[in-house]
Amino acid sequence: MKVGLFIPCYVDQFYPNAAIATLELLEKQGIAVGYPARQTCCGQPMANSGYEHLTEGCNSLFVDNFAGYDYIVTPSGSCALHLKEHLHTKKNNGVALGMRKKIYELTEFLTDVLKVKKLDAKFPHRVGLHQSCHGQRGLKLAQMTELTAAPFSKPAALLGMVEGVELVPLTRPDECCGFGGTFCVAEEAVSVKMGKDRVADHEQNGAEYITAADLSCLMHMEGILHRKNSSVKVIHIAEILNGVKEEVV
Amino acid sequence: MKHHADLAEVFNKDEERVDWHDETLWWVRQKRDKASHQIPDWEELRETASQIKLNVLSDLANYLEQFEKQAIANGVTVHWAADAKEHNQIVHAILQEHGITQMVKSKSMLTEECHLNHYLEEQGIGVIDSDLGERIVQLANEPPSHIVLPCIHKKKEEIGEIFHEHLGSKKGEDDPQILTETARTHLRSTFLTRKAALTGVNFAVAETGEFVVCTNEGNADMGAHLADVHIASMGIEKLIPQRKHLGVFLRLLTRSATGQPITTYSSHFKKPRPGQQMHLILVDNGRSIQLGREDFRNSLKCIRCGACMNTCPVYRRSGGHSYHTAVAGPIGSILAPNLDMKQYADLPFASTLCGSCSNVCPVKIDIHDQLYKWRQVIIKEGYGDKKKTLAMQAMAFTLSNPSAYRIAGKAGRVVMKYAPFAVNNSLNPWYKQRDMPKPPKQSFGEWYSEHRK
Ligand code: SF4
Repeated sequence: MKVGLFIPCYVDQFYPNAAIATLELLEKQGIAVGYPARQTCCGQPMANSGYEHLTEGCNSLFVDNFAGYDYIVTPSGSCALHLKEHLHTKKNNGVALGMRKKIYELTEFLTDVLKVKKLDAKFPHRVGLHQSCHGQRGLKLAQMTELTAAPFSKPAALLGMVEGVELVPLTRPDECCGFGGTFCVAEEAVSVKMGKDRVADHEQNGAEYITAADLSCLMHMEGILHRKNSSVKVIHIAEILNGVKEEVV
Repeated sequence: MKHHADLAEVFNKDEERVDWHDETLWWVRQKRDKASHQIPDWEELRETASQIKLNVLSDLANYLEQFEKQAIANGVTVHWAADAKEHNQIVHAILQEHGITQMVKSKSMLTEECHLNHYLEEQGIGVIDSDLGERIVQLANEPPSHIVLPCIHKKKEEIGEIFHEHLGSKKGEDDPQILTETARTHLRSTFLTRKAALTGVNFAVAETGEFVVCTNEGNADMGAHLADVHIASMGIEKLIPQRKHLGVFLRLLTRSATGQPITTYSSHFKKPRPGQQMHLILVDNGRSIQLGREDFRNSLKCIRCGACMNTCPVYRRSGGHSYHTAVAGPIGSILAPNLDMKQYADLPFASTLCGSCSNVCPVKIDIHDQLYKWRQVIIKEGYGDKKKTLAMQAMAFTLSNPSAYRIAGKAGRVVMKYAPFAVNNSLNPWYKQRDMPKPPKQSFGEWYSEHRK
């Protein structure tokens, strides 16, 4: 099995530890992981702003980078969903469309493809799990409260395999944090208010850490936590599942 | 031009009020959850409702003709209105014919969409809204902020103040029971003295030519039963094929709207009583254009339950008026650009695309996907901001060129410069109330080339 690792632009630039944890976590499962060096972005920032027609270059670069892999895994639910729904190119569309089925968000890949049953990791903390909307409602990583259907949660099940993790219940288990791509600046007031409310829910329920399968949500909430000098920290789920170590970089 | 983000910013100046608004609507969403989760085949009901509506939309012309034929046979006078103006003129002509200068109206979002009250007032005709919430906003001289709960943005103290000013209730009175009684007394005399009543239509049955109006207050019935002339206005998408299909929609409508099993009154109107005239106005007003837009046509499945508003985290924190259109919230944001793409170019962007709306919607409209698609249309049609377009082009170039990306990427510059939250502004709004993470010493790409190759 050849797995290509896709690290979205802002993770590459701002959260290398989450990317390293993702890589190590996959390697520990005995997987050969490749990281195409020429990768950049999934194209979502343009597309969600109404500029999907500008994503051709980005998309064909993605297709060239990942054409040889059986699976493409990324630690970002939002990017995974965007690629699954919208990856297309003019010059190689057959390959692009086929590739959509090979793209997996990390916790989805661990659960559905690798069928991971145990993890060697310890994280003795109270953790609030933020269900990022694109992962939850888009990729169906967890059941949403809107539907009349049996509950499940892939990220929560994986966190359950980590020694010491105590998941805190939330008052609103799956409300959006308000990041929303360009929304976070175009609609600054509402975006921040949504983020403040989300963060408050975690704080009031005693979380020491907020985790998620999406760093964009975490970056937004971290920005709010930091501004108000909160002691609550954010951490990508890969880092917990991999067993947190000393800062690598 | 009005913009959702600006209006929302004003709404957010009073954070306590935002919290109150959010909690109030979240409470309604929770009531909806409780009601829907009790029905084991809820998801199947939604799917059935969606299929029935898709069937109607795919054969709308024939269903409309069938309905018209039946309604005429029942003794109803049927009118067709191509747009809002025509609708208003038809109403006015009917009233003029009977020499009526005052009309009572029960809730109808269509007449809000057509700005009927304003039009009739200009013609010297007085309209009194008989739905309690609508009456309150009418007295306050404001449009409704929600399609089911028109005055949900008003606190009970504020309503007390409005009633004190207009209906003579005691100053400082904010007991909901007493305020409701005040309104009831005032409305009762209205019902008794108006010769014409206008109602909306929730469902119209093609097979029988009858229509169904759902209210909790019974005000539509009071108006229609006492008046000599009953006018019903409906959008052409309100049809369902057969009476038996009502069973599906009535189960869904109020559970989705307020969490009640059914509205207190689900009244069937089929023919005028002896001596009464019944007029039905079938209104297009952009609907057939929307029907022709493949990506957006199924927005016409909407049964106006308001669930997508109650669940919308943006609506709850920006208020209905920030959408500056008759139908606010997620559904309004996919309907309004059809009517005027320029004026409502902002609305499809007033969303995080979280997808909650599409999943509460009782007729399974893919609202958030349509928001995404409207964004593409609006930009392509040239209603985007020019500066934003330039920034997006620069960003697209960098992200298509790995070497440009690597150079720009040193110390996080690419993200700072081009990422969505930094695009198109020198005074980056990100920092107003948030910090950015400190750029790490190395990007992952740099770490990887040191450690794995
Ligand atoms: S779009 Fe769906 S949820 Fe929203 S008002 Fe219409 S029927 Fe209700």
